[in-house]
Amino acid sequence: MDRVNIAKAVLGGVGTAAMVIALHAGLPLLAAQNGGKTASGGTMDVPGALPGIHAVAPLADGQWTTPAGDYGNLRFSPLSQIDTKNVQNLHVVSTMSTGIPHGHEGQPLVVNNTLYVVTPYPNNLIALDLTKPGFPQKWIYRPNPNSQSVGVACCDIVNRGASYADGKIIYNLLDAHTVAVDATSGHEVWRTEVGDIKYGETTTMAPLVVKNVVLVGDSGGELGVRGKLTALDVDTGKILWRAFSTGSDADVLIGPNFKPFYPKDRGKDLGVTSWTPGQWKLGGGTIWGWVSYDPTLDLIYYGTGNPGVWSPDMRPGDNKWSITIWARNPETGQAKWAYQVVPHDAWDYDEIMENVLIDMPWHGQTRKLLLHPGRTGFMFVLDRETGEVLSAEKYEPANWANSYNLKTGLPDIDPDKRTHIGHYTTDICPSSTGAKDYIPSSFDPRTGYLYIPAHNTCMDYKGSKVNYIAGTPYLGASVRMYPGPGGYQGELVAWDVANAKKVWTVKDPDLPVYCGVLSTGGDVVFYGTMEGWFRAVDAHSGKILWQFKTASGIVGDPMTFLGPDGKQYVAIYSGVGGWMGATALPAISNDDPYAALGVVGAMKDIKAKTQPGDLLYVFGL
Amino acid sequence: MFSASRLLFSCTLAAGTLAPAAPISLRVCADPNNLPYSNAQKQGFENEMAAMIGKDIGAHVSYFWYPQRGAFFRKTLGSGACNVVMGVPEGLDETTTTRPYYRSSYVFVSRHDRDLRIHSFDDPRLRRLRVGVHVLGDADRSSPPVEALLSRGLAHNLVGYNIFGNLAEANPPSDLIRAVSNKQVDVAIAWGPLAGYFSRDSATPLDITPIAADPSNPTLPLSFDIAIGVRPGNYQLRDRLNEELSRRAPEIHDLLRAYGIPQMDLSAPAAGGTK
Repeated sequence: MDRVNIAKAVLGGVGTAAMVIALHAGLPLLAAQNGGKTASGGTMDVPGALPGIHAVAPLADGQWTTPAGDYGNLRFSPLSQIDTKNVQNLHVVSTMSTGIPHGHEGQPLVVNNTLYVVTPYPNNLIALDLTKPGFPQKWIYRPNPNSQSVGVACCDIVNRGASYADGKIIYNLLDAHTVAVDATSGHEVWRTEVGDIKYGETTTMAPLVVKNVVLVGDSGGELGVRGKLTALDVDTGKILWRAFSTGSDADVLIGPNFKPFYPKDRGKDLGVTSWTPGQWKLGGGTIWGWVSYDPTLDLIYYGTGNPGVWSPDMRPGDNKWSITIWARNPETGQAKWAYQVVPHDAWDYDEIMENVLIDMPWHGQTRKLLLHPGRTGFMFVLDRETGEVLSAEKYEPANWANSYNLKTGLPDIDPDKRTHIGHYTTDICPSSTGAKDYIPSSFDPRTGYLYIPAHNTCMDYKGSKVNYIAGTPYLGASVRMYPGPGGYQGELVAWDVANAKKVWTVKDPDLPVYCGVLSTGGDVVFYGTMEGWFRAVDAHSGKILWQFKTASGIVGDPMTFLGPDGKQYVAIYSGVGGWMGATALPAISNDDPYAALGVVGAMKDIKAKTQPGDLLYVFGL
Repeated sequence: MFSASRLLFSCTLAAGTLAPAAPISLRVCADPNNLPYSNAQKQGFENEMAAMIGKDIGAHVSYFWYPQRGAFFRKTLGSGACNVVMGVPEGLDETTTTRPYYRSSYVFVSRHDRDLRIHSFDDPRLRRLRVGVHVLGDADRSSPPVEALLSRGLAHNLVGYNIFGNLAEANPPSDLIRAVSNKQVDVAIAWGPLAGYFSRDSATPLDITPIAADPSNPTLPLSFDIAIGVRPGNYQLRDRLNEELSRRAPEIHDLLRAYGIPQMDLSAPAAGGTK
């Protein structure tokens, strides 16, 4: 299809000042080409935003240079050519196959009229030329990662995307290496080992680049990996610092500036003393989600995963710093504050979720907020300067805890929902997949809503299944997952942050929503379903305005950009996989409700609804 | 489940003797680095068994090597890459299993020079010892002996060793046995075949004591029947293998003994059946 003609056909009166932006070659990192004006102190006003709402500047507007499009992880673009009135005219402009039918998570980048795709393992980087019809391939870079990494990755062989900085595309390989590739030539600039696959450590997350620092987390908590965030020099790939998620304060980079808000998170060497002797070495707390950055406070934010050794009875104590939200200085790695969301996890509630940064009125006063839609089913609103929890309300059915005490920061846990060895614990909500997974939400400053891709599954733990691993037989607990109260499996939730309540939802009766969300200045919110529908919904009402059936289930994140023709496009991957989506891949039987860490029980319909895919779709008007 | 499969076994064995055996190939999925069971140099007892059975039945034996981790059965038998896994607990859901060909148990391992002779979870000395155990990772919980120790409030005495260990070293799970030799722990609790094989070869003399049962939890399984696993529903191959396992039982018993595998009588109906 000739996209130039398409662009002409829809040239209509949909322009705003924000859209008439020329793209410049050689843009520096996150060049300020946003439609709004930059306010003082690194925040900006967004056209049409609710009073008092300011975003971390700049937002993705035209290009898409970071995993979320912006440092604050809003996944909001002020682009408004595509709006509620013309969105029904969206159609496919180009498609591309990566040739790898596994979970296509994350999102492409667009820099200097080039679109960059990172594939699942073997983690090829493909550059597409946006200046030519059909977006032909410019080059492909093949890093050939160590194939042993395939055998150690827990949950499909996914990758969650790249960052652009300093003329380089920077991303992680499954075999625990980070690479920087020249964005123009496709040649490798540097490659650094950031973990050790010999011990089951892999890297699937999308790095974030802040100033001269590349921030990389790790995966493999299921295998006893000790989580850590690694900072690399953007020029050379040299390791600058490492902040472990367990161990001594020196290892965790806790120093004199560490001021956690709650007494429960204060004390010397809690990363050692909140474990039985030595157990912190297998302590988990991996970092496989997203990193955010606030240039004003000069702090990065990220969350850590579940504690290592799944059996909670084997690790009495708080198990710090698993399931913790961190604020750190990007250049030194030193911690400013930490908030452990769930002490002594018994449910695998990783809190590696995105931390969405927004300044907005909160109970009459403008505050610097951090929004964290938790795997726990609670929607956390924190003061990102101090780590104080301002609100924690349920956004999906959750019964493991009744509520959070905002004075202590502790959950009021229902002891009957704690899992123990040898006990049959039923009806735990949410299941281990959480009320959402790492799949990122989006905040729209024009509505004040956070759009959350949510699950609704519960689980039973029972302890009687014969298992066998590395030549060792044993009776393991089995986890069975099934749809939660209400009978639906997933929904897109519009959450009114100021009023802490659901405004509308789009329910999926059969499958979880496992696709990221994009909101835009055109009042259109994009997301996809595991069945393969790519949708545009009205940001205010949730009404489905347009949908297109892609070839495979969607587990990636939508993004938007301006083409060289000045037109707005929207891109999404279609390729089911990942932890939940892996049940659609051929090697997993969906007859066994306990397979794939138990998610098959919640996903038994998926093979009847979708098949593996490997496609990039680009839509335009 | 157990008795039903036994009944099925005896019926099909009778049928199998009437029909001529069809040509069979043994495509074995195995861990390339996990003695005493198997390795890529085919030095494990499972490798020797596969060669022996293959020769007996005129089958070509080939290997698909894959580390035996959480997704092992999905990515091996489940994907069709192979048709047998030489060692699995009888009744494992992911497979159809043959008759068991050996039974072993979890064991205590300690240095001979310590003269500890611990044979019970209720030994009061455990409260002041460091007890090495395997940590199983993944969605699974803990091994049965760990469960027994935790129920006695001994969490603080446990020292976890990742069963996956260091992939770059030979036989990663054997870390746990070395931890006894080099005094990182006072006692280890390990699965019998691993402990038997590596204590046999240990420069430091080690004592092995089988764990019969947990007196306060008689249903806790501490011993398991081990069989050959085939793809679910492949009864033809299972039956053919069953014939061989019956016929070669004495040789298999001797083979395992040569590897130092502690063996118990099969299918003791007492505490701790595998299902």
